[in-house]
Amino acid sequence: MISIPSPNPRRVPRPLFLSRVPAGFPSPAEDYVEGTLDLNEHLIAHREATFFVRVKGHSMTGAGIADGDLLVVDRSLEAASGDIVVAVIDGELTVKRLWQRGGRVRLIAENPAFTPIELKDGQELAVWGVVTSIVRRMR
Amino acid sequence: MFALIDGNNFYVSCERVFDPKLEGRPVVVLSNNDGCVVARSQEVKALGVKMGVPWFQLKDLAKQNGIVAKSSNYSLYGDMSARMMAVLGQFSPDQEIYSIDECFLGMDGFERYDLAAYGQRIRARVRQWLGLPVCVGFGETKTLAKLANHVAKKRPGFGGVCDLGALSPAGRDALLEGIDVGEVWGVGYRGTPRLKALGIDNVKALRDADPKWLRREFSVVLERTVAELNGTPCIGLEEEAPAKQQIMSSRAFGDYVYELAGLEEAVATYVGRAAEKLRRQGSLAGAVQVYVRTNPFKADHPQYQRGLTVPLAEPSDDTRLLVRAALLGLKRLYKPGYAYQKAGVMLMDLTDTSHMQAALFDADRGNPAVMRVMDRINAYWGRGTLRLAAEGVDPAWRMRRGMMSPCYTTRWSELPLVN
Repeated sequence: MISIPSPNPRRVPRPLFLSRVPAGFPSPAEDYVEGTLDLNEHLIAHREATFFVRVKGHSMTGAGIADGDLLVVDRSLEAASGDIVVAVIDGELTVKRLWQRGGRVRLIAENPAFTPIELKDGQELAVWGVVTSIVRRMR
Repeated sequence: MFALIDGNNFYVSCERVFDPKLEGRPVVVLSNNDGCVVARSQEVKALGVKMGVPWFQLKDLAKQNGIVAKSSNYSLYGDMSARMMAVLGQFSPDQEIYSIDECFLGMDGFERYDLAAYGQRIRARVRQWLGLPVCVGFGETKTLAKLANHVAKKRPGFGGVCDLGALSPAGRDALLEGIDVGEVWGVGYRGTPRLKALGIDNVKALRDADPKWLRREFSVVLERTVAELNGTPCIGLEEEAPAKQQIMSSRAFGDYVYELAGLEEAVATYVGRAAEKLRRQGSLAGAVQVYVRTNPFKADHPQYQRGLTVPLAEPSDDTRLLVRAALLGLKRLYKPGYAYQKAGVMLMDLTDTSHMQAALFDADRGNPAVMRVMDRINAYWGRGTLRLAAEGVDPAWRMRRGMMSPCYTTRWSELPLVN
């Protein structure tokens, strides 16, 4: 195939590279670069077992958990007395403080307007996960 | 030694994790467009409901028994599957993800452990970390591990874990004799009637059949299956998922579409979805294929089906450029007068964004910043919140998914609520 130069060539704009090409000594800070901080790393210990849930209501305001807060829930942790947990009550997910003494188990709201839920004999405690952090945006 | 771990009624179980009210109730999950049953809870199986039954045929039974139907929520199942596979991967250095709800683990070197106890640990961890019930089968080959999993699932006496290697030869014979030959991995619906006609109706009979004869009568595949049933591994683990070379997005419509405008909206939407996946895997597409077809099962409708590939001037991941190319192709292949039932797009000729060649000419390759904003908004508010006008507003072709649960784990706006 023979190509013939066009009698009226079209202008083809080419990009101009403005950044400088590094050719010299590397930055003295290079050896100290540690990467950036990642909130996931800070808030999540077991990625596969961690879920986010949204708080609806005011039953835990005394524990600093407000309506609309996002909670980080780690299902891999064994719930211990004193933990704030997400539990299943009557098929609903609820966030409460777990309280255990001897054989007695309670789920306690951190708001005097709510009565604690005491598990009856034979009723099995269904902990869905342990709350490990609260995330709240201020604006 | 291999393990096969499989989620029990996986889709239903995923729904139950976030909606515990469904626990103990009969639940089905329906296919796209709420057509057929694709997953059944144990309670539904007990009612005799078969897989694949159209939902409308079940309406009466559902009313009588309080069956809860859910539209399939693949965002949720996909995320729970990825989590489950990651947890299962903690139990062996060798893993093959076989499907959305099952994987093989290589168990070489684990033989001296009590595998049944190990299987119970696997079950307990997946149950606690994810709330999902699974069954575990162990066998010397993948075929035997699959079979062991079947036993673990169907026979409550095994407590969800079956190690075929731990059975005495006589115990194993008795077990295999009681399992239908159709349950063997690779035998399938087609092989079963022929095997039965030849007097091979249970797994033990197949295991003890003459492999050379089976090879002549059937295939080398079945010969291999028999070797696997006898404990000789013929099928290895396939650990590496190949990088996606094409990205498809296609759907059957909720209703037939006749007009070009309707098809354009559908195609633009599918390109949008595919482009999102494209950007997520960090690739650029060099060409867009678009196709449409009528319903091949409606013999009385005039039939038409065609596809067309449109190359791009420069590889791109910009939805707007990809949509433009797809619509160009669609316009070329559209013919009026047909009842279109399905359209699809495929992004092809994929290259890595980081290996992109410098452009020789100043072709438009889109604006990555705009696409980033779009992906972020859609990740928060759900797919399609921000989309091109070409995709249309609540069109008729969109899938019916009237009973879909929230995307609890993949959308910020649909997180589970706790009170």
